[in-house]
Amino acid sequence: MRLSWKTWLPIIFLLPLILISPKTYITLTISGLAMGMLLFLVSSGFSLIFGFMSILNLAHGSLFAWGAYVGFSAFSVINKWTAWGGANSLFLNMLIFLLALLIAALVVAFLGVITERLVIRPVYGSHLFQIFITVGAMIVMEELIRIIWGPDDAVMPVPTNFIGSWDLFDVVVAKYPLMAIALGFIFYLVTYAILKKTRLGMIVRAGVENPEMVQVMGHNIYRYFTRVFAAGSALAAIGGGMWATFVKSIHPAMGGEVIVFALIVVIIGGLGSMTGSVVGALILGLSYNYVAYLIPKAALGITMLLLVIILLIRPTGLFPEGT
Amino acid sequence: MGDPVLKVEEIHTFIGKHHILQGVSFAVFPGKVAVLLGRNGAGKTTTLRTIMGLLSPSQGTIAFKNRTIHHLKPFEIARLGIGFVPEDRGLFNYLTVEENFRVAMLKEDRTSRQKLETVFAIFPDLKVFWKAKAGILSGGQKQMLAIARPLVNNNELLLIDEPSKGLAPIVVEHLIAAIGKLKEHTMIILVEQNFYVASHLGDDFCLFDDGRTVNQGPMEELVRNEEWQKKYLGIAKTIPEEIRRAP
Repeated sequence: MRLSWKTWLPIIFLLPLILISPKTYITLTISGLAMGMLLFLVSSGFSLIFGFMSILNLAHGSLFAWGAYVGFSAFSVINKWTAWGGANSLFLNMLIFLLALLIAALVVAFLGVITERLVIRPVYGSHLFQIFITVGAMIVMEELIRIIWGPDDAVMPVPTNFIGSWDLFDVVVAKYPLMAIALGFIFYLVTYAILKKTRLGMIVRAGVENPEMVQVMGHNIYRYFTRVFAAGSALAAIGGGMWATFVKSIHPAMGGEVIVFALIVVIIGGLGSMTGSVVGALILGLSYNYVAYLIPKAALGITMLLLVIILLIRPTGLFPEGT
Repeated sequence: MGDPVLKVEEIHTFIGKHHILQGVSFAVFPGKVAVLLGRNGAGKTTTLRTIMGLLSPSQGTIAFKNRTIHHLKPFEIARLGIGFVPEDRGLFNYLTVEENFRVAMLKEDRTSRQKLETVFAIFPDLKVFWKAKAGILSGGQKQMLAIARPLVNNNELLLIDEPSKGLAPIVVEHLIAAIGKLKEHTMIILVEQNFYVASHLGDDFCLFDDGRTVNQGPMEELVRNEEWQKKYLGIAKTIPEEIRRAP
C-alpha cells in the first residue's frame, strides 16, 4: 500500500523525538509552528500574487520589511499617547498590537497598489522583466527605509504581556509564539473564508486557474489584480509586524532574508494555494527549528533539502489545485 | 437579411512576429449560425480571439451592432454581449459546476438565475453535477459546461471554437442537438473542423485559407461545391448527402 504524503509527513515530524527530550520537543514544536505561521503570512500574499497575476514579485520581501517598520512606528506613536504597550492588561496589549498591525497593513497595501500600478503593470506577461524591475523596486524600498528610519537595527517594542513564558506541566512555553500561532491561524481562516465564500474570492480562485477566461467572462481583471496585490501586500505587512515582534528587532534588509523562505514555502505548497502556503510554511518552520537545535549550521540547508525532496516527489507542490 | 450583427472587415493580426491574419472579412446576420472553416493554421481560432479582444488587430475593423469593438479590452467586449468558448474549453477545473456558472454571471440576480433554468433545460446533466468539481466531468459534460456558461448572461453572440474536438461520435450527436437548441437563444460563430458537424449546424459558412477569408455564403452552397471542399478543407471525397444529413 502506498502512503500519501499526508500520512508520512506527520510521522517524519515525530522522528526528532528519538534525539530530543519530549519537553524540548514541545518547546521547539511551538516555536516552529509560530515561525511557520509567520512565514505563512508573508508567503500567502506572495503565492496569491504569483498564482493569480503570474507575477514574480521579488519586492514582496520589502513590503514585509515596510510592514515591520510601519508597525514599529505605529506601535511607538500609539504607545506614547496611551502607554497601552506597557500596561499590565492583555486586552490593552493586544489592542495596541492589532492597531499597529492594521496601520501597517493599510499603509503597505497602499504602497503595494502604487508598486503594482507604476512598476509592475507595464511588465505584465514578461517574467524576466518582472524579475529585473521588482528587484529594482526592492532596492528602492529598502533604501527608502534607510532614509526614513535610518540604516541601523532597531529594537522592536513588545507589549508587556507578550514577553516571558508559561509553565504548562513543566514545559516552558513562550507566550508570544503561542499568540502568533493563534493569530496566524485566525488570519488563515479569514483569508480562506474570503476566498471560499465570497464572490470576490471565487473570481480570484478562477483567475488563479485561468485569468484569460475570467476576462472574457466580463470581469475587469486589472481591478482584481490591484485588489489581490493590495491584499497580498497587507498580508506581507502583517507578517512583517508579527515577525519583528517575534525576533524583537528590525533592520532594513530583513525582507531580502524572508523572501527566500517565502519562495521555498510557495514552491512546496503549490503556487496560488492558500492551504499549500500554510502547510508549506509549517513544514519549513518545524524542520528549521528541529534542525537548528540538533545541528545549528544545517538549519538553512535543511530548507533547501526539503525543497529538493518535495519537488522530486510532487513537482507541482503539495496543493497544486490553486487556492 | 438585415444589418449584420457582427461585421469583420479586412483584419490583420500578428502573434509575435508572425502575420497570422492577412485580411479577414465576414459578417454574421441575425438568427444565423456562421461556421468558420479551413485547414489547421488557416486563422480561424486567431479570428475568434481577435474578435474577443484577446489579440489586437494591426489593421481593419470589427463592429458589433454597429459599434466598433476592436480597440476594446476583452472584459468590455464580453459585457457588450459576446460570449466565448475557447478550444480548450477554459473551464475552472478546481471550481464546482455551480461556481463555474457564478463566475460567468456578470451579476448574480434573478435574471441570471432564470437563465440558469433555460440552461438546465438544454443541458440537464449539469444540474446533476451541480456541486461536483468541473475537473471530474466527462469530456462531453465539460464541453456542455463550457458552452452553457456564457448563456447565463444576456449574450447575443456566442463564439465557439471546435466544440466537437476529441469527443466520441455519440457525444457529438448530443452536442449537435444542444447547439441546435441554442440557436433559438443566441447567434453563434462556430469554428469547426468536422464538416459533418459544420454542415448540420451552420446556416452560413466562411472559408479560410492562409489567414484570409476566401469564400463565404449559405452553407448549402458549400455542401454542393466539392471543389471548395477538396481545396480548402482537404475532403478527398464528398460525403453522400444521405449520410451527411443523417439524424
